[in-house]
Amino acid sequence: MNFFLDAIAWIFDPANYAEPGGIVSRLLEHLLFTFVTLVFASVIAIPLGYLIGHTGRGRGFAIAGAGGLRALPTLGLLTLVALWVGIGLEAPYVALTILAIPPILAGAYTGFEAIERGTIDAARAVGMSEGQIVAKVEVPLGLPLLIGGIRSATLQVVATATLAAYVADFGLGRYLFAGLKTRDYAEMLGGSILVILLALVLEGIFALVQRLVVPRGVIAGRPEDVRARPIRSRAATGTPVTEGRSS
Amino acid sequence: MNWVWSNLDLIWDRTLDHLVLSVPPIILSFLIALPLGWLANRYRISRGIILTAGGLLYAIPSFPLFVVLPLIVGISIRSPLNLIIALTLYGIALLVRVVADGLASVDADTRQSATAVGFSTWSAFWQVDLPLAGPVLLAGLRVVAVSTVSLATVGAVIGVQSLGSLFTDGFQRGIQEEIITGIVLSVALALFFDWALVMLGRLAMPWTRRGSRKTRSPGGPAVQSEPDLVRTATR
Repeated sequence: MNFFLDAIAWIFDPANYAEPGGIVSRLLEHLLFTFVTLVFASVIAIPLGYLIGHTGRGRGFAIAGAGGLRALPTLGLLTLVALWVGIGLEAPYVALTILAIPPILAGAYTGFEAIERGTIDAARAVGMSEGQIVAKVEVPLGLPLLIGGIRSATLQVVATATLAAYVADFGLGRYLFAGLKTRDYAEMLGGSILVILLALVLEGIFALVQRLVVPRGVIAGRPEDVRARPIRSRAATGTPVTEGRSS
Repeated sequence: MNWVWSNLDLIWDRTLDHLVLSVPPIILSFLIALPLGWLANRYRISRGIILTAGGLLYAIPSFPLFVVLPLIVGISIRSPLNLIIALTLYGIALLVRVVADGLASVDADTRQSATAVGFSTWSAFWQVDLPLAGPVLLAGLRVVAVSTVSLATVGAVIGVQSLGSLFTDGFQRGIQEEIITGIVLSVALALFFDWALVMLGRLAMPWTRRGSRKTRSPGGPAVQSEPDLVRTATR
């Protein structure tokens, strides 16, 4: 357990907070990178997912594309793009945006698909336009699944951003690679603990948000015993089953 | 393509390394997740504990886990065993939820009928619950197989040889063909495992072959959520 004491001592060592390249700035780099990547991916994936979910067209294409992407090894994509565009942040941004698109896309269109058809028919029957149906019915009801998709994408990006330090000097992953190279266990272990904590904190925040965005009417309609019902019938279910992990 | 022809031996060795790393976790995680998932489905308290632990474990990024795990278990960081254990843990984390959900999806009436005709809890599990949950388990297992193959490549950054070594080596030496070969082979391996599991599923569950892609009429199906989960898993 000495290694762990060393790692904790490393995390609290003031010398590791000296700028530039201290723990705080690396953590912020990691977070900023994750956030920007998610924005890029969302801008592409959410409108596309909503279009697929609303019209029901192109689903097969989306499923096949996303399935193929899951089998794609993140490290391979990262190193290949880095070889093309050179060392730096461009390669991780390109590679990780590609990786973040499938879970968000899936969250967007399954969010629409999970809505009971009767609800949408009812909205149409009371005279809502297609735009109103999307904005007032489908988007709010599909939000928990969309957030679930963004949650999967976030975990994926935080994890892969650690690997991205292999091709660019940024983020918490730097500590892991530097420690591995010099066999400095305190550094690599300390860095690992920080990344794991970051991932768990983000997971917790998303779990909370996912609950908060469930519309009140949906909560009121839920039965007491979760086990008595088939899985995935509730509006808010975002489980790893839908994704699988690749880094 | 020249690089490929002159390095066939290397490529073959890395493919074998990759198989050694990815096959045991897929099998082991299923065997371990089965009792855990049953337990999660059986009692309310164990459900909360097991599924939360699984969710948290699943959230841990792989590269840091590969660094932390060997120190906890007491093995070398470059040992293939390190990767096998880590990948098994991820598989378990995903599959406990699948097993619990799969068992929960078995119709209550069906289970009561099994009890009524004299099945013990033990034999009902093997002969009624498990086969009916089968399609859901298969869908989960396919996800685990594909992501395990993909995830095993990450081991290359800590020095565990796999198809991922072609990425790190190709990147450092600037050989694009080497990286592409690694990507193509690991995707092919993942798709092969996926296909093999589907074939295995057809052998083990011949009744799913007919109309498995269509949603069955409401009221009738024993496994109500099967088409739903298969759809999400093949995504």
